[in-house]
Formats: sequence, C-alpha cells, structure tokens
Amino acid sequence: MKFRNRQRLDVLGLLPFLAYVVVFLGVPTVSVVVGAFQDDTGGWTLSNIGAAAGDPYLHAFVVSTEISALTAVIGALVGLAIAFAVSASPPGGVLRQVVSTASGVLAYFAGVPLAFAFIAAIGSQGLVTRWLGALGLDISGFSLFGFAGITVVYLYFQIPLMVLVIFPALEGLRPQWQEAASNLGASRWQYWRLVGGPLLLPPFLGALMLLFANSFAAYATAAALTNGIIPLVPIQIAAVMSGNVAVGQENLGNALGLGMILIVGLALAGYAWMQRRTSRWLR
Amino acid sequence: MTAVVDLTTAPRAATRRKLGRSRVVAWLVLIVSALFFLIPIVASVEFSLRGVHDTHDLSTWENLFGQPGFLDNLITSLELAAGTVVITLVLMVPTTAWVHLRLPRMRRLIEAICVLPLVIPAVVLANGVLVAFRGGPSWITGSPVILALEYVVLALPFTYRTLDAGLSSIPLTTLVEAGRNLGASWLTVLMRVVVPNLRTSILNASILSAAMVLGEFTIANLLLLNTLPVWTVQAGQQDGEVATAASMLILIVTWALLLLMSVFGQRGARRTGRSS
Repeated sequence: MKFRNRQRLDVLGLLPFLAYVVVFLGVPTVSVVVGAFQDDTGGWTLSNIGAAAGDPYLHAFVVSTEISALTAVIGALVGLAIAFAVSASPPGGVLRQVVSTASGVLAYFAGVPLAFAFIAAIGSQGLVTRWLGALGLDISGFSLFGFAGITVVYLYFQIPLMVLVIFPALEGLRPQWQEAASNLGASRWQYWRLVGGPLLLPPFLGALMLLFANSFAAYATAAALTNGIIPLVPIQIAAVMSGNVAVGQENLGNALGLGMILIVGLALAGYAWMQRRTSRWLR
Repeated sequence: MTAVVDLTTAPRAATRRKLGRSRVVAWLVLIVSALFFLIPIVASVEFSLRGVHDTHDLSTWENLFGQPGFLDNLITSLELAAGTVVITLVLMVPTTAWVHLRLPRMRRLIEAICVLPLVIPAVVLANGVLVAFRGGPSWITGSPVILALEYVVLALPFTYRTLDAGLSSIPLTTLVEAGRNLGASWLTVLMRVVVPNLRTSILNASILSAAMVLGEFTIANLLLLNTLPVWTVQAGQQDGEVATAASMLILIVTWALLLLMSVFGQRGARRTGRSS
C-alpha cells in the first residue's frame, strides 16, 4: 500500500514533461483531428473529409503515394546494395567509418540546402548541365521541378537513411550461420534463399515503410525546389493554410492533415512491428 | 575419386572467382553512389563561387553578410537553436533521469510518447499550431518563441533516445543514492552528479537539436516567421548564387556540429571500452 502511494507520488515528477507534450503536441494534433470534422461555424460535418477525398486533393494523395513508394523502393534497394558492399570490407576499416559517418551526416542533408544543391548541379544553369552541354548533351528537358526531379532529389536522403537502418541487421547475420549452411552442403544461393533472405526480409520491409513515411511527410525540399507547384499532400496543406482555397473550406487543411497522420502513422506502425520481429534475433 | 576432387578444389576456385567478381560489383556500387552524393555538394561550392562572365571569385561569400536581412535571420536562427537546446535540456534531463530512477516501468510509455512527433508530419503540426493557438498571446504565437517551443517537440525522438542511452550506461541509482546519503539535495545531485556523468549524451542531444533547428524550414515558413532557411528560399527567387552560398553556410555549420558529435562519441566509446 505504502509502495503504491510512493509510486503515485513519483508519477507527479512527470507532470512538467507531460504538460509540455500535451500543450505543444497534443493540443495542435487534436485540433487538426477535431477540425477535420467541423464546418466553419463549429458544427459537425463530413464535408471536409469528402472534399479531401475528391479531386484535386485525391490526386495529391496519389502523387505523394507514388513518389514515396518509388523513392522508398529505389532508396531501399540502393541502400541495401551499399550496405552489402560495405559489409564485405574488413571490420573496423576506414571504408566502414567513412560510410557510417557519411550516412549519418547525409541523412540530415535535406530541405533547403538539398534543394539548392540540386539546382546548382542539374538546374538550368547547373554545373552538370553545363558539363553535359559542353559534351553536346542537352538535359534541359529534364525538369528538376517535376516528378522525376523530386524522385532523384529525395533519393539523396532516402539512401543514407536506408544504410543507417539496414546495416545493423546485415551485420547481425553471423558468419557462423553461413559456415554452418555451407558445411551442410548449401550453396551461397541456397543460404540466401533459406537463411539470410528470410532473416533480412522483416528489417528490409520495415525499412521500406520507414522510408515511405519519411518521404510522405517531407515538405521543405519539395517546397524550396518547386515553389509549391508539384501537387503533393504537404504542398496542398500549405496552400490551404495560406488561404488559397474556396470559402467554406477553412477546415480542409485539417482533413488533409488527418489523412497524412493516418498514412504516416500506419507506415511507421508497420516499421515498428517489423523492428520488433527483427530484435528477436538481432543482438 | 573425382567426386572428392569436385568437393574440395573445384567449388573453392569457383567461389574465389565469384568473390572477385562481387568485389568489383561492390566497388562499382560504392563509387557510383559516392559520385551521386558528392556531385551536388561540389556543384553547390562551384555555384556559390561564380562571378561575372564565367569567372570564379569569392564575391558572393563576401557580399553574403551584407545582404539585407541575412544577419538578422542568422541571429534569429542561432537564438532559436540556443533556446531549443536550453528548453530541451531543462525539460528532458530531469524527466529521463527521474524515469530511470523511480519509474523504470514507464520507460516504454515515455519512449512511445517521445516518438509520437515522428507520426505527426511537420506540415500538420504547423497547421495544428495555427488552428489551436490562433487566439494565443502574440509574443508567443506571433514570434519565434513558438518556434523554439515546437522545435523542442520535433527534436524529442532524438533527444530522448540520446539521453536514455546515456542514462542506461551509468550506474545511476548507485550514484544518486550515494549523493543523497551524503546529504545532498535533489537539485545538487542532479547538477553535480547526474549532469557531469551524462556530459556526452547531453552534448549529443544538444548538437542534434541545434542541427535540426538551423535547417528547419517547414514550420517557420508556414507560421510566416523569418529564419535563415526561410530567408534563403526567399533570396533564391532573386539570386541563386546568394541562396546557394547561404544554404552552404547552413550545411557547413550543421555538418561541423554533427562531426563534432561523432568525434566526441568515439572518444567516449574508447573510454568506456578501455574501462570494461
């Protein structure tokens, strides 16, 4: 009884933290969720949800999903290839040090600086554009500000994130397992198909979902790059917030936000679930 | 006999050949990726050094600090970084230490709460802040103060994990009990026992939040508040060279901070490695 009282008092020590999170995360989030179901006068309605699920906003969800899926898949495959290439190098070597530091730093290289770096490289006056132009190759038809451009730019932060996430799992595959398999007569292909592959599948799928969420939530890079032209969900929310919307749709931004929370939340929940499965064997 | 030969020598030669080929593929992958990651950085440097008529000079960098608004917004961003770090540490160091000491069963719950900001995209958080605090006092909601307050939330996933890892690696209970038994107050124990033992984690948490704040564009832009990244994008609409130089500056400061952290981290790892 006494113990329980003490613990109840101890919980009071969390009050400042809990109050802070409730005010600066909870209240804004709840107002988005509640606002999604309210009209301009505060009455309950489903019209915002309906508007968010129709064009042009449905189109934005489709484009966002396409770009996120594409950059997640390419980013995951390239990141996995890099992690494989590095894991073949001797442990404690310079290459490992360089790749892990570079991944940690590059995963931070997003948003405004990234957008300008790509404009400087393959924009109309960019360095690579000029080089290729001198070689007689004209790439000005490739728009950095469209779907393909955004995809290339997003890969710049997706690939390092993949390396960071998948490398521990790859390192966790113990060499003894491969030795045991080959002692039992398995070929390399059989080892990967029956042992390594099934072990790496959950962390790979998890990373895929993390990358998807990462790309879906990204706003700064696309906004700085395209000045808000490309129809992504975050760009549409920003447009609604700055008042580019029909009268009577002030809560539309909240409905779009709710959609984003659901999609990103679902992807991250999948990632967390796969991570738990992986942690059973990964030490 | 032939079967035995096949099992011993032939497959090994095949494996060696395959390993040689896979090593070539591995280097190819690494070199192509290195190019992909280096070219935009090199191009940024080149772009920011462009002068008139295809020459290169330092004029963009020399003029950068004189650009209208640059210095003000640089100072705002640095102040925001400092403010975010201070609030984060004052809030999170006592909280995480308290959880480790008295409420170890709630660690999972607190961790789950601290990861929540990842689920709420920055755009949505900005929208929520605008909706929820519309009628708030303007010295908070109409000024960078609200940014610092929200950046603390955005940084929570990183700061919690860093501090939690630091606390897990020290004998916290023993240290705190020793301090308390010698008659020190809770505040003294916190400042003179817990904080010094958590130096590395506290430094890392500070660097991670500062690096995040210096590059944050989304919330500042949507709340119509001026910071260095917001200024950079506005400048980019007139002068690409200036914007590229400014964004290089953001990048250099961020990377310097992160490299500093990795240097300290290695030193810390070496120390704990030696003692164990």
